[in-house]
Parts: sequence; structure tokens; C-alpha cells
Amino acid sequence: METKIDKELFEVVGYDKEVSDAIVRPSITYWQDAWRRLKKNKVAMLSMLLLIVIGLACAFVPVFSKMDFKEQAIELANQGPSKEHWFGMDELGRDIFVRIWIGGRVSILIGLVGAFVSLVVGAIYGGVSGYFGGAVDDIMMRVVEVIVGIPYMIIVILVSISLGKGLTSLIIALCITSWTGLARLVRGQVLQLKESEYVLAAQMLGTSPMKIVLKHLLPNTLSVIIVNLTFQVPGFIFAEAFLSFISLGVQPPYTSWGAMASLGQQQMAYYPHELFFPAAAISLTMLAFNLLGDGLRDALDPKLRQ
Amino acid sequence: MSKLLEVNNLKVSYHTYAGEVQSVRGVSFDLDKGESLAIVGESGCGKTVTSKTIMGLIDTPPGEIKQDSEVLFNGKNILKFSEKEWQHYRGKDVSMIFQDPMTSLNPTMRVGNQIAESLIIHRGMSKAEALEEAVKMLEMVNIPNAKERIKQYPHQFSGGMRQRVMIAISLACNPQLLIADEPTTALDVTIQAQIMDLLKELQSRLGTAIIMITHDLGVVAGMAQKIAVMYAGKIIEKGFVDEIFENPKHPYTLALLNAVPKLELKNKEKLVSIQGTPPDLLAPPKGCGFASRCKYCMKICRIKYPEVSTISDTHEVACWLQHPLAVKVDLAEDIRREL
Amino acid sequence: MAQYILKRVGYLILTMWVIVTATFFLMNTLPGDPIQTGTKLLPPAVEANLKEKWGLNKPVVERYFIYLKNVAQGNLGESMKSPGLTANQIIKEKFPASARLGLQAICLGVVVGLIFGIIAAFRRNTWVDYSVIFIALVGVSVPSFVLAALLQKALGGKILPIIGWPSENIWTSGFKYTILPTLAASFGSIATYSRFMRTSVLDVLNNDYIQTAKAKGLSKWAIIRKHILRNSITPIITMIAPQIAGIVTGSFIIERIFCIPGLGMYYVESINGRDFTMIMATTIFFSFFFVISIVLMDILYGVVDPRVRITGEKR
Repeated sequence: METKIDKELFEVVGYDKEVSDAIVRPSITYWQDAWRRLKKNKVAMLSMLLLIVIGLACAFVPVFSKMDFKEQAIELANQGPSKEHWFGMDELGRDIFVRIWIGGRVSILIGLVGAFVSLVVGAIYGGVSGYFGGAVDDIMMRVVEVIVGIPYMIIVILVSISLGKGLTSLIIALCITSWTGLARLVRGQVLQLKESEYVLAAQMLGTSPMKIVLKHLLPNTLSVIIVNLTFQVPGFIFAEAFLSFISLGVQPPYTSWGAMASLGQQQMAYYPHELFFPAAAISLTMLAFNLLGDGLRDALDPKLRQ
Repeated sequence: MSKLLEVNNLKVSYHTYAGEVQSVRGVSFDLDKGESLAIVGESGCGKTVTSKTIMGLIDTPPGEIKQDSEVLFNGKNILKFSEKEWQHYRGKDVSMIFQDPMTSLNPTMRVGNQIAESLIIHRGMSKAEALEEAVKMLEMVNIPNAKERIKQYPHQFSGGMRQRVMIAISLACNPQLLIADEPTTALDVTIQAQIMDLLKELQSRLGTAIIMITHDLGVVAGMAQKIAVMYAGKIIEKGFVDEIFENPKHPYTLALLNAVPKLELKNKEKLVSIQGTPPDLLAPPKGCGFASRCKYCMKICRIKYPEVSTISDTHEVACWLQHPLAVKVDLAEDIRREL
Repeated sequence: MAQYILKRVGYLILTMWVIVTATFFLMNTLPGDPIQTGTKLLPPAVEANLKEKWGLNKPVVERYFIYLKNVAQGNLGESMKSPGLTANQIIKEKFPASARLGLQAICLGVVVGLIFGIIAAFRRNTWVDYSVIFIALVGVSVPSFVLAALLQKALGGKILPIIGWPSENIWTSGFKYTILPTLAASFGSIATYSRFMRTSVLDVLNNDYIQTAKAKGLSKWAIIRKHILRNSITPIITMIAPQIAGIVTGSFIIERIFCIPGLGMYYVESINGRDFTMIMATTIFFSFFFVISIVLMDILYGVVDPRVRITGEKR
């Protein structure tokens, strides 16, 4: 049974190059795609916003506030939150609100500096190990294995004790073994990329080695590094808080969230706000970094590229 | 004699973040007991989704099997199966082997146990009986030292041998139909031949019907009796192997046949490849899916899907070239001239 | 397999040696005189005596080898601040409390964590999944000592005791005292385990062999039992060691908060009291514990994963 069809429709027209070769979705670069994916992740964006707010507060609130973080008003000791003192007073009559942001400077600084130092040491160590391969790599990785076997906190405690109290020795102690994770990651990346097929392919197509490094090796390694860094920061903040609890952390007149929490814990039965605010600060910051790290990891994972 | 398998107007879509991808857009074919059918097509044409539907391995969501689809196995519509009925059916009535033998076997379970599993649940054997039978299965697929081999783990086998193990597992309960989804794609060429021979031998011995999914026409030639060529979610041509090979009627089928590198290629002859890429099934074309890549494309091809024409009792094709108003082309001749 | 075990034991010895050496030299580079820490200045004769007793008149390197020899024989020295008590005695006395806390915490952490992770993976993207993820996030962000303090405040008092620990029948009595501390100590592990188990199960679910299992006609429970569980737990095993380390270090503070007379609390006290020999002794003890758990976990992993067992190599 034939339906009536106009004879004209049977004119041959052949290939349609435009339609057939059109790639349906526009192509964008890796970083653009990653940023786009990150933006879609509301939780990660919220965390990033929160961290920016906290960072700004730590930087600027003490500058503009009327209160001084050292100033003591004994008669007001242990007061709860009020209109003038939003977070209340601690046992020595110091305004907790200002102290939180001052303490935050120290805590966050430790987090960032620690992460950065780990990054540099770890990346160099891992890069060298991976690049040279062979015996060099073997030995370097054995060393890492042994270091990993040493309980982190214990070494930090020992080094803190031996270097004496203070901010610099604290940072040194924290960094002494924390670079191992990144070293392994970077080494893994370098090894993988050294052998990977698309480096070979790029070479075969005549791309110069420099271009290969920049266009292929770096973006992949970078994304791994970025994610790792984001997760390292809360680790440092936590470690500092831990040390403060056993009195090895930041010393007066400096304060940090950990130190404040330690003091607050002693007053907890009657003046819970003294523990609550520093604990909340630590927890929220760590949470935000973790969520951001998760989001970054998903956004930067090339396998999830859409 | 009722057919073993009848697929009628199968439509399967996947709901993705970007929209509904129509993977299978109305596929119909049937299979008799003991017959072998090859479903041929390039990646993304819907052949795997079709075969998975027959096994009930489509996750719904995000997949969706449309209401008017029908898959009859020995007369029963399996799409209406309950979970329990599926479990009875899978592994016993119909089995499937997959493309990558490396990842299709549980790495932490001994091979013997993996074969024994189906024997225990479908044939009610005890563990000891099942293991004995497993030895026989390994021998059937030509794996030497079967008695020791059943205690080993998958990583101790080579790729080809792993695929044999997969075959042993799938044939353990003597199913009426075996679906082989690109069983040799991940293997070396020489091993490919061995596996294909093994499948042929087992088929004639056990009388199993086979559906072979492949994109490699070379594999089809030695194995199948019938072929269905799929493109963009539809079957565009189907028939017996010799009909299709000698007298292809669809330009796509012809292009596939010509794309197979021939041993007698003269020095300067180019390898023929098909220009362009398959259409995006998010927004499937209204007309023939192959239109934009077809040198015989006519205006009507772009606006209306071709009616199905019967070349013989067993040979069907969906192409406007078959319409009386179309220009007469002898496809085979045309390509030979071009070369 | 034997070769694998040997390698791991070698690693154990090497790491312990590094730790002992590092501890020794760190402690000995401390400024100040460990003897003259009292308020009164000691008469020179007494000082000379004490120096002789502690071997401080010998050069550092010689002291090191003596110490090394002692440690190898299991002698961890004597306490400087509590004269007459050897480190071994003190450890023996204080460790059981910590051991019980640690054991309960790791059991709770692992079991609850695994169960949460499995449930979350199977009920992906439902409220069950989100709650588990939430717990995991909290566990990772809220430091255990903060949590301990909060638990104390919230649940302590009428429902559960705030502080204290059984002093006799250390292992069998006084369960209610152990509830809050165990909860606080295990929270981190619960969080970590549920998160990683969830990922592991999801990974396994994506694997082809699960499809093969389904194609054989196995029921959902059979697939879970025989194919999913074993393969998802295996990668998690290696995580137990860091968890143990976390619980150990967490115990330092938790014991203080809950007044548990364990080794952790003692460790903090010796740090603050500058009892160097005890600091060294406890450090070495804890480290040994930790390294042993790493090695045991590695060996366990080798047993469970046939790929390692047969080829004798770490994957």
C-alpha cells in the first residue's frame, strides 16, 4: 500500500556536511568546565562564601572594633552574650567576639601556611621521585613509608616539646610529616603522566615537551594538588587545636581558636558560651573546607566532565 | 512452531540530566530455537541496550521501557515479569556474556565457585555436585587441568581463558538462548578466532540459540545465520547472512561491508570509512538517521522515516531508495565502480 | 605470602628504630637541665649522683646505644619524676583503661561505620543517605574533644556519669562509665568508615561482575552477601590502622576530659611535667602499637585479597 508522495521529494541531495559533522555540544576548556561544575554545587559555593566571610572578618573586625582582645575587665568576667559583647566575655573579662577573630587569624594562618609548606615540600619531593624513577624513586618512597608509620601527633608533640613553645616551632612541628600525602600523590601523577598514552600521542604529533608539560601534565597534577590542599587546611587547624588542649599550642598573648576552646572547656559547666563560640568557629571552618574540598574534587575530576 | 524469541516494537529511553535519550526507537525481530542472529552496528546504535532488555538488566530508573514494547520468550512477555520470575529466567533460560572478561568476573571468588553459583540456584545441586559439574564445564570450553583450575582466581587466567570461563558460566544451566555482547572485542585477533570457534561448536552441540552483538562484520560471517543491522536506535536492514552480504540494500549496510579492510587491498587504495557521526539521540531526527551521511540522500529522507520494504520473505530494509519513485541504484555496482 | 610477611616485619623493625632514634635525640636536644628542675638548687654531690644514675655524664652517642640496647630488650627505663617506678610498671598499670576505651571505640566505629556506609550506598540520594553523609561530615569537622565536651554537657549528669572509670575489674565492670567516652572517641571512626564504605560499595556496584552476578539470576541478597560485601570491605581494611592512631591520640584529651586514669592522660601529664624518660617510654610504646597495627592490617589485607596472596606483592 503506497501513500501518495510528491515526486519532487525524491531528488537526490547527497551528504550534508554541516549536519553530519556538527558536534552537538560546544567544547570548553578544562578549567572553564570545572568552574562551571563547581558553581552548580550549591553546598561547595556556600562553603566558599562562608570561608571568605570568615577570612574577611578575621582580617578586618579587630581593626575596626572598639574592643581590644587583650583588655581585661574582671568585673565583667564570664558574662554571657549581650548587646555590647555579642559573644560574651571570658573568665578574664575579655571580649570573646574580638578574640574569636584575632584567634581566627592565628588558626587560619597556621592552616594556610602549613598547607603551603606541605605543598612545596611534598610536590618537590614527589616530583623528583617520580621524574627520576628507578632506584632514586624506590629509596625516596621507602623513606616516605617509614615516615608514614610514625604517628603524626606523637611526632608533632615531640617536636613541639623540643623546639619550645611558640608559633614558628608549632608550624615546623606540624609540617614535619604532613607533606607525605602530597608527595605520594604528586609522584603518582608524574609517573602516570610520564607513561600515559596521551603524552605519547602528543609526542607523536610533534608537540614540544614543554607544551606537553604545560598543557597535559600540569592541569591534572594541579587539580589533584588543589583538592589535597583544601583538605589539608582543616587538618592543620585541628592539629593546632589539639595541641592547645594539651598546652603545647599557641602561647599568650597570642590566642587561637584551639586555645580559646581549651580554656572554655574548663569553664564549660557554668559558662558554656566560652566553649561554644571557639568550638563552633573550628567546626564550621573545618566543615566548610571539607565541603569545598569535596566540591572541588568532583568539579576537577576529568572523568566526570560533561 | 512458536518462535523462541519475539521482539516487537521495542522502545527504550534513558532519562539523563540533559533530557531523554531515545536509545532504542522501535526494534522488532525474532529468533527460532537454535538459530543464531548477529546484531551489527556502531557504538551507540542501541544494540547493547536491546540485548540488556532481553536479560532484564536495564535499570529503571533511569531507563524506561515504553509501554507498547513487547518481548516474548516462548510466548511469555518477559517485560511483565516479577522480580522472582526474572531470577528464574536469568541464567537458566537466557544467559549473557559480556565484553570485558577482565572485569566481568569477581576477582575475589574462585572460578569454580563462580560457575557453581548458577548450578546451585537453578539446578538445585549441592556444592560438591556443582563443583564437579564445574570441572566438566571447564573441560567443555577447552581449559586444560580443569580440576586444579576451578580452585584458582580470575587473575590467574589469561584474557582468552577468562572469556572461556564466562562462556562456561553462561552455559552451565544449558539455556535456550545465549546473548554474547561483543565477546571478542577485548581480545587479541588470534584468540578471537578460537572463541568464535568454541561458540560455534558449543552451539551445534547444545542447540543453543545465540544473539551475537558486534560491530565487526568479519565475526558475523563465520557465525551467524541471520543479521540485523542497527543504526541510531532502529533496525535498518535485516535478513539472512548471505542475502545481506551479496545483496545489501541499505547504503549504511553497504558502507559497513566496504569498511572491512580486505587482504587484497592494492597498495594505494584508501581504507573506506564512513563520513560524519551518528545523530544525537537526545533529539533524534524525524527522517532517516543516516540521511546526513548518505550520498544518495533525497529530500524525503530528511523529513520522513522510510517505510519498510520487503526484498524477500526474510530480507527487509528501511530505505527510501526502495520506493518506486526513487532513482534506481545498484548499490553494490556503484561502490565497486568508485573503488 | 611468607615473603610478604617478612617484608612487613622488616618494615616494622626499621620504622621502630627510626622512631626510637628520633625520640631519643629530640628529647636530648631539649634546652635546660632535666635534673635541675626542682625549686631548690641541688647540692653538687647529689647532682653528681643523679647524673651518674641517669648516665648523663656520658656522651650522647654512647647514651644512645645504651638506650637502644635497653629498648630492644624491652626495658623502657625509669620515671624521672616518680622515682622507683619503672616505665614498664607504669605502662602496665595505666594501659588497661586506655586499652578498653580504645577497643570499644574501634569496634563501635568500625561496625557502625560499615553498616551506615552500606545502608547509605543502597539508599543513595534518599534521606537515609543524606543523614549518613551529614553524620560523616560532622564527625570529620567537629574535633573529638569538642564532641566529648558537648556530650558531657548534654548527656552527662542524670543519664550517664560525667566522669570516672572503674578502678577494679577494669574490663568487666562499670560499663556505663565507658559509654560517653567511647562514643566521643569513636565518632571520628564512624564518620570516616561510613563515608568510605559508602564510596566503596558504590564503586563495587558499578563493576561489571555485579552485572554478571545479576545475569546469573542471583537474588539481591545473594549478590550483596557474596559479591558486594567482600569486595567493598577489602579496601577499607587498610584504613583501620590510621583509625587506631586517631583513637590513640584522641584518647589523650578524652581521658583528660572524662578523668579516665589511662595512659593517654598520663602521657599529657608527663609532657607537662617534663618527665623525659616517661615521655620517651610512652612515645615508643604508642608508636610500637601503631606500627604493629599497620603491619597486621597489611598482612590481613594480603590474606583477604587473593591477588596479593598469590603474587606476594602489594597492589
